[in-house]
Amino acid sequence: MTTLVNVHEATDSPFALSHLDSLESEAVHIFREVAGEFERPVILFSGGKDSIVMLHLALKAFAPAPVPFTLLHVDTGHNFPEVLEYRDRTVAAHGLRLHVASVQDYIDDGRLRERPDGTRNPLQTVPLTEAIRQHRFDAVFGGGRRDEEKARAKERVFSLRDEFSQWDPRRQRPELWQLYNGRHAPGEHVRVFPLSNWTELDVWQYIQREDIALPRIYFAHEREVFARDGMWLAPGAWGGPRDGERVEKRLVRYRTVGDMSCTGAVDSDATTLDAVIAEIAASRLTERGATRADDKMSEAAMEDRKREGYF
Amino acid sequence: MTSTTEQFADLSATTLLRFATAGSVDDGKSTLVGRLLHDSKSVLTDQLEAVEHASRSRGQETPDLALLTDGLRAEREQGITIDVAYRYFATSRRRFILADTPGHVQYTRNMVTGASTADLALVLVDARNGVVEQTRRHAAVAALLRVPHVVLAVNKMDLVDYAEPVFAAIAEEFTRYATALGVPEITAIPLSALAGDNVVEPSAHMDWYGGPTVLEHLETVPVSHDLTGCHARFPVQYVIRPRTAEHPDYRGYAGQIAAGAFRVGERITVLPSGRTSTIEAIDALGDPVDIAWAPQSVTIRLADDIDISRGDLIAPADDAPPTSQDVEATVCHVADTPLTLGQRVLLKHTTRTVKALVKEIPSRLTLDDLSQHPQPGRLVANDIGRVRLRTAEPLALDAYADSRRTGSFLLIDPADGTTLAAGMAGESFAGSDASAAEKATEEEGWDF
Repeated sequence: MTTLVNVHEATDSPFALSHLDSLESEAVHIFREVAGEFERPVILFSGGKDSIVMLHLALKAFAPAPVPFTLLHVDTGHNFPEVLEYRDRTVAAHGLRLHVASVQDYIDDGRLRERPDGTRNPLQTVPLTEAIRQHRFDAVFGGGRRDEEKARAKERVFSLRDEFSQWDPRRQRPELWQLYNGRHAPGEHVRVFPLSNWTELDVWQYIQREDIALPRIYFAHEREVFARDGMWLAPGAWGGPRDGERVEKRLVRYRTVGDMSCTGAVDSDATTLDAVIAEIAASRLTERGATRADDKMSEAAMEDRKREGYF
Repeated sequence: MTSTTEQFADLSATTLLRFATAGSVDDGKSTLVGRLLHDSKSVLTDQLEAVEHASRSRGQETPDLALLTDGLRAEREQGITIDVAYRYFATSRRRFILADTPGHVQYTRNMVTGASTADLALVLVDARNGVVEQTRRHAAVAALLRVPHVVLAVNKMDLVDYAEPVFAAIAEEFTRYATALGVPEITAIPLSALAGDNVVEPSAHMDWYGGPTVLEHLETVPVSHDLTGCHARFPVQYVIRPRTAEHPDYRGYAGQIAAGAFRVGERITVLPSGRTSTIEAIDALGDPVDIAWAPQSVTIRLADDIDISRGDLIAPADDAPPTSQDVEATVCHVADTPLTLGQRVLLKHTTRTVKALVKEIPSRLTLDDLSQHPQPGRLVANDIGRVRLRTAEPLALDAYADSRRTGSFLLIDPADGTTLAAGMAGESFAGSDASAAEKATEEEGWDF
């Protein structure tokens, strides 16, 4: 045998950090870098679990001072009412400022057209990029994680976007050590992903450890749903159910929250954080594979949308 | 990728290992990474289905596990990995962040990127070819970046009849070479990524090997948390001043401890001003603590109201680094536009960005042929060279050998913000033991 190392346990040292502490420390460092280097940062906040964790980290990073960022929500017009209610309550509780960019407004005045399939998720790109331009945001925090999707696995923590908000995966800045380069020209901005290195399970374990409140649709509840393309969708004014689609009551929960037209529920009896974590740890499906219709459109759906300015 | 585990009850107490892979184009790196993810049950059904679907539509009969890792259109079209991708997986013992770096010579900068944050580098060789130039290149980058652990994965053992002498010769040659470059810990593992020997499961074909499988080694390799002997360093990131009715006088210096530990009551010096004070309190994200250590993000409050801002460095009063406007360093050039003699650049060191001038480029090492060129005048993409810089303001720079965090810096183009080069201050390679490396390689010019 040619092993030259004495292998021994890694957690002997009293100075070892748990993986959650490491991830938290790294994310806080990223928030503070942006606060130190940018003029007009904004946090994308949807009321979903990733953005809730981002806000929690930002609150810890600057305590006892308030979070030095405003929030932005791109409202597709098809959001879950429980989530919007959670959003507004959280914003008020922390005395934050929230900008809302509304897809419905864009459709109403003709700047955007409804897609034949009724999905509004891809339509978010225009209101998002216009809000960034209009408010002259120079750093935009997103809750994207590299574990979500193979194009996102290639994303930098600091991701430079041109004046059209476009992502060019072949022209990314190398990211070395913890030295983030936030330089950008006027009109350009940087997308910042503090949760890059977190997995879905990390997010849930952190929510549990920090005792963070979530919208209740993340936990199992009885809900009217109907089946389409192998997913349980919630009926609503957004365009479901269609003829031949039957509404039924099921015990479900959501792994992601987004536009109602493309975010599916999963069958679940997990009503507590412990049960949710056990369910995710045992699941053989990824978060997006289980609940997102828009990623199934093509092999490079996410890459293509990100190129256009989507998160 | 979402990770799954069989035991999740106390996963929040597990540690994190960051590692990077390196290998030549046909050494089977994607297969190894795919095997590691697949056999540790980190590939979920829908991901595997997507790979199977994509493989079938290209006319391949078996699923191409490389498609798990090649995420971009251009990569799938060309069948090569262009850019670093980060993968996540977990076992009951540890969480892993894998920087999957391309093996092409022209992507040396990507291996540098992956290695910069890695605790371990996994260098792949083909058992039939042994140590080749590319292997030496990877060992050199790992040594240069001071990755604490290097694993030599001798792949395709199935194609050399699982013969021990083949493995032993390669392991010995690599170990001699890498040790001379200053790589502190080397572990050699014989394996077959394709057949699954010694990746996750021990091989039934190599009784003569008594060491760990790749996964076992990754799970148990010690990540250094030995803070004794580390110089404590705290770059100030941001000054927290709430100025609220509740906290009218709170003034805290927020940052991530870059090295070592800080204690309440400790005398400190602030650089570059040289003013001294005492640590009055440490707030660890909401909780007051008596001691905090790297890499915790904390807020430090001082007994005296002295002028401190972003970019300053707090260090123990009796162990503060010297400040200087003259920087000598090894740089890896990462941009498409060259770095030239006399060029004006920005230098980002910890939280401080200053103007700098390229005064001299004494030498260049081209990893292509391991040749050294004196006074090259400029560095182009993927070059590694020595530089002398003059900065507009004094910097408190440690040697990279002492601290990867406070000894590293970026050079940035002030015109368009491009990251030009990754810098490592001080001597290059451990002890700059050029003669030993030369003996090992019979190459000229490890004059770094």
